[in-house]
Amino acid sequence: MSAPNDASAQPRTFAFTPENAKKAEAAVAAYPKGRQASAVLALLDLAQRQNGGWLPRAAMDAVAGILDMPPMRVYEVATFYNMYNLKPVGRHHIQVCTNVSCWLRGSDDVLAACRNALGIDLGETSADGGFTLSETECLGACVNAPVMMIGGDYYEDLDVGTATAILAELKKGGTPRPGPQSDRRACEPAGGLTTLTGWSDGRGDKPGAS
Amino acid sequence: MLRDSDRIFTNLYGFEDVGLEGARARGDWDDTRALIAKGRDWIIDEVKNSGLRGRGGAGFGTGMKWSFMPKVSDGRPHYLVINADEGEPGTCKDREILRHEPHKLLEGALLAAVAMGASVSYIYIRGEFHRETEALRRAIGEAYEAGLIGKNACGSDWDFDIHLHVGAGAYICGEETALLESLEGRKGMPRLKPPFPANTGLYGCPTTVNNVESIAVAPAILRRGADWFAALGRPNNTGTKLFCISGHVNHPCTVEDEMSVPLRELIEKHAGGVRGGWDNLLAVIPGGSSVPLIPKSVCGTVLMDFDSLREVHSGLGTGAVIVMDKSTDIVRAIARLSRFYMDESCGQCTPCREGTGWLWRMMERLVTGNIAVEEIDLLDEVSRQIEGHTICAHGDAAAWPVQGLIRHFRPELERRAAAFQARQADQAA
Amino acid sequence: MPTLTIDGREVEVEPGLTVLQACEQAGIEIPRFCYHERLSIAGNCRMCLVEMERAPKPVASCAMPVADGMVIHTNTPGVQKARRGVMEFLLINHPLDCPICDQGGECDLQDQAMAYGFDRSRYRESKRAVEDKDLGPLIKTFMTRCIHCTRCIRFATEIAGVPELGATGRGEDMEVGTYVEKALTSELSGNMIDLCPVGALTSAPYAFAARSWELTKIESVDVMDAVGSNIRVDSRGAEVMRVLPRLNEDVNEEWISDKTRFACDGLKRQRLDRPYVRRDGRLEAATWAEAFSAIGQHLKGVRGKRIAAIAGDLADCESMMALKDLMAKLRSPNTDCRQDGAKLDGACRAGYLFNTTIAGIEQADACLLVGTDVRREASIINARLRKRHLAGGYPVGVVGPQVDLTYDYQHLGDGPEALEQIAAGEHAFAKVLGRAERPMLIVGMGALARADGAQVLATARTIAEDCGMVQDTGGWNGFNVLHTAAARVGGLDLGFLPGDGGLDTGAILDAASAGAVEVVYLLGADEIDMDSLGKAFVIYQGHHGDAGAERADVILPGAAYTEKNATYVNTEGRVQQGRRAVYPPGEAREDWTIIRALSEVLGRKLPVDTRDDVRARMAEVNPNFAAGPDTVETAPWGAFGTDGPMDPAPFRTPVANFYMTDPISRASVTMAACADALAGAQGERTGTDG
Repeated sequence: MSAPNDASAQPRTFAFTPENAKKAEAAVAAYPKGRQASAVLALLDLAQRQNGGWLPRAAMDAVAGILDMPPMRVYEVATFYNMYNLKPVGRHHIQVCTNVSCWLRGSDDVLAACRNALGIDLGETSADGGFTLSETECLGACVNAPVMMIGGDYYEDLDVGTATAILAELKKGGTPRPGPQSDRRACEPAGGLTTLTGWSDGRGDKPGAS
Repeated sequence: MLRDSDRIFTNLYGFEDVGLEGARARGDWDDTRALIAKGRDWIIDEVKNSGLRGRGGAGFGTGMKWSFMPKVSDGRPHYLVINADEGEPGTCKDREILRHEPHKLLEGALLAAVAMGASVSYIYIRGEFHRETEALRRAIGEAYEAGLIGKNACGSDWDFDIHLHVGAGAYICGEETALLESLEGRKGMPRLKPPFPANTGLYGCPTTVNNVESIAVAPAILRRGADWFAALGRPNNTGTKLFCISGHVNHPCTVEDEMSVPLRELIEKHAGGVRGGWDNLLAVIPGGSSVPLIPKSVCGTVLMDFDSLREVHSGLGTGAVIVMDKSTDIVRAIARLSRFYMDESCGQCTPCREGTGWLWRMMERLVTGNIAVEEIDLLDEVSRQIEGHTICAHGDAAAWPVQGLIRHFRPELERRAAAFQARQADQAA
Repeated sequence: MPTLTIDGREVEVEPGLTVLQACEQAGIEIPRFCYHERLSIAGNCRMCLVEMERAPKPVASCAMPVADGMVIHTNTPGVQKARRGVMEFLLINHPLDCPICDQGGECDLQDQAMAYGFDRSRYRESKRAVEDKDLGPLIKTFMTRCIHCTRCIRFATEIAGVPELGATGRGEDMEVGTYVEKALTSELSGNMIDLCPVGALTSAPYAFAARSWELTKIESVDVMDAVGSNIRVDSRGAEVMRVLPRLNEDVNEEWISDKTRFACDGLKRQRLDRPYVRRDGRLEAATWAEAFSAIGQHLKGVRGKRIAAIAGDLADCESMMALKDLMAKLRSPNTDCRQDGAKLDGACRAGYLFNTTIAGIEQADACLLVGTDVRREASIINARLRKRHLAGGYPVGVVGPQVDLTYDYQHLGDGPEALEQIAAGEHAFAKVLGRAERPMLIVGMGALARADGAQVLATARTIAEDCGMVQDTGGWNGFNVLHTAAARVGGLDLGFLPGDGGLDTGAILDAASAGAVEVVYLLGADEIDMDSLGKAFVIYQGHHGDAGAERADVILPGAAYTEKNATYVNTEGRVQQGRRAVYPPGEAREDWTIIRALSEVLGRKLPVDTRDDVRARMAEVNPNFAAGPDTVETAPWGAFGTDGPMDPAPFRTPVANFYMTDPISRASVTMAACADALAGAQGERTGTDG
């Protein structure tokens, strides 16, 4: 098994960088005094980002220490929420939505395209540590289905061609354009606006109306 | 059809400036102080009179909900928590508000907070919405800078802070008490009720949790008046609503239309119609994944509102319309939802923890037909052993899609079982 | 008082109760798994669903507060269906391994499946398998059997105060465990075995040892500390198979410490099962007659002042009574039950009791701990302190070792200096105590078993008096001595103390060392420095081949606490009866009968022929013994302790290793495994270990 998939890669210690420590402090400040545990989601996320996209146990322990929580309560949180990766992931984490709205519009094909392009199956990380492929539950962009999330970005209105192209671009080290891969700008109907085409009260046409 | 001038989300698609300046040009933050000055009772009464029902799925009266908050603080702070943990499959309406109309949400938050005596609001936004979080954070920064929120918000003498709380991937956190647990730094496990949040919510303080859309329409209601909102739609189903039309339509989209718009009109006017034409329609899930599907025979006449959809054994839910044409393997579609509910069960209650997995495994066998005909009844029974027996509605939500499938597609299920058995017999012969 | 209708019957109940409790009061049984009256309400198992009129769906009765006018139905088809459904869900992933499960026969799941479940399985899918967890030497896990009721998690978090257990993952993948493999660091962990409604957590030492229905069950009391926890001893034949807690709200509620529960395998090892006599430097097996005659020979012509007796920490009251009377007949004033040298005398009973009582802790509103690590010295009392802490408004100050007590406290100092300041009213915590309505203090052996113990005791008395801990009105007494020895209060009550001109333990040892004491009778005393006994002729009466037996010249094999009907007085002064579960091994005998027999051989026959005679004699010496069992007599306040300067040396807890404090626990393989597993977490081991 390649190194990034090896859970024995658990570091012995973890500490926030000074910059992240400040961010952690700011996160805690959003909650009333004595309610610092509220920041556990934020701090685990921060730790995961600092640690290359996955959350080692040492980081959970560090967060428990900062927030004065029993470590067990942090383990519970870290294992409950899907967005914490408890083992290493590739530099690009490709998360393809396969829930109903995406599936109806071809997420099976998109997933197959990803498998082909990356040469890995679901839950696997490519040998070079570049990509991890996952299936995800509904991302909440259903009218732009099929959708996949890479890093913080949604790639929408996918098909086999655009999904393949996005991955190819990433492989080249490029930055593919997020959002709808179709002609759409957002969630408007592709065939032309059916609403907000103009003001009926005489305030003139709306910009962007087709 | 709803006139553009009656639409609330005039920048739904983000074609215009989403910043404060653009928002102001669209009428947001227009003398908010004057609305606040009319007092909390007036605000609550207006919202009550508007007939606004919660847009998160349950459809509870928003004004009524606000009125449950203690009128006078007993020393504990009051909290307004906004549920932006949008994740019900098929639903993507709050996303558009968060990224394209954030100021409507913020202004609504201030007005709602005044109405319930809250000085702090947390917006719980799902972790996957990175860009939406950024957009909202930007808007919050603008609002603070302009003095619209913060100390003496809008010059109203009311201090009001808004904090973002970013989730980490758990559908169940959309359930209001699970959301509060998550907000307090724990697993998102729904709480027992009573006590209800209005008395014992966030940090044990009086709390109201509202959906993004419910809050974001409040300023328009208060500005234009309850009567305006109440005149749209039908009694008990008033106002405008964001609908998300996904699946087998020609032009999937999110659109604001009048409540009680006929489903067929919604699909045909806005979404370019069913792929292959209306006759190619198989079924529709009209309110997000949790509500039972309705077959084509019903789709032609049903109205998109709480009452009309309830009459056909379904629900308006979040207003997310998932359209399935005749090419759809309907069993597989529902099986996928069963997997979703299994994946997203928090694991707390026995019926949901154990039952959702059982449902899914039977559904998977049903996809191939590898199931005895009697097991279709068992499937239905198991779903009813879950339904109504859990702390939150997740169990119900897992049960209903399966029940809807059996209700409307039983012949298809039996056909699959028979076909499978025939194949087995062939191979054995 | 709210009145509700349950199954057509009107029931009036206390406000604040739950529907489940109201049903119980009405005599209606509601099945449950997750609900436990001593834990927070989880409401997750859904077994206790009932129908409530005007509610849209069935409600969890364990979590629903009663309200006036509620109409509840517990026996409708809907309720039956809900219960059957929950049972079925619980069983679909539960293995069918009842025949090899230690919980079999005492399993809630088994019982309720019989009462409320289907008679067959409709589940055709694969069952879930869950990896077992390593929770240390005491708890064996079979996690596939877990029904996720979270009782164990709530116990660890709430009662034990060690939040090391949790449920990770979610949905059907949720697993109960520690996430990181580690032994639980609680002295109360065994209670989770009792709480587990299924066979997921079972007793590791008892694994596959017996079936519950084969066991003889005897109600008794524990002697592993001075709490006097009420226990049930389960035996098969001559063997004690396990020890379980017995409910006593005033003492241990329904918990016992891990030592109380698990040290019982020590009853089977290193036992003295026949008399021994030392000949030519070697202990040789002997008959009772030979042993008695050897003693007779050595006592011949020895003056009483040159004879001494020390009672150990596990000694029962009957044997101490008999020995005290025998020593009197031998004209020896040298008797002591304080082998640790604690500076307590019998003059004022309130001066050596836990006057507040254990249950009384819950009434207190401030607490000072002096020289005690309550968690290791009396885990059950510590659990009560924690319970009080969780209720809020209970500041705790500690003078002494700074250890993890599982609750927050203010560390005021290590030793007498801080105590002095509090007594002088100079310390801020003195004001905390003074402001409290019902303040209490607990002074431990770490503060009293030292040369200046009497001065420490006097200082503690001053604090108690000055801070309003001893109140005439209402009878509140917040002054408490925490003993570590089960025998101690009984010994003090019986006056097993130096008589006129008599020597105490330290002086006996000095005198023996110097040759001034020639014969020393050790009644189960193993915690003294045996080297100090010099050339004295040592009689050891006890049940284990521990330090005392090794030094002895004659060994008289006695009975362990599970092998005799005997009286013990706990730290509160509560007189309780232990009962015989099995017979002593071999030729060993119930202890008072040994002394009675010896007295006859010595020609100084004690006038007691039955246990009742001994008990009558005890009541004559101290009327507290006349009161019925399980009673606590309030002790009147008086003078005790000695004014004078204290040594500034810090207080140290006498319990360095919780798992090894006496001959039984030191002989226990299980306790040794615990000590090994938790070495580091529990501190250094003592010189007498192993």
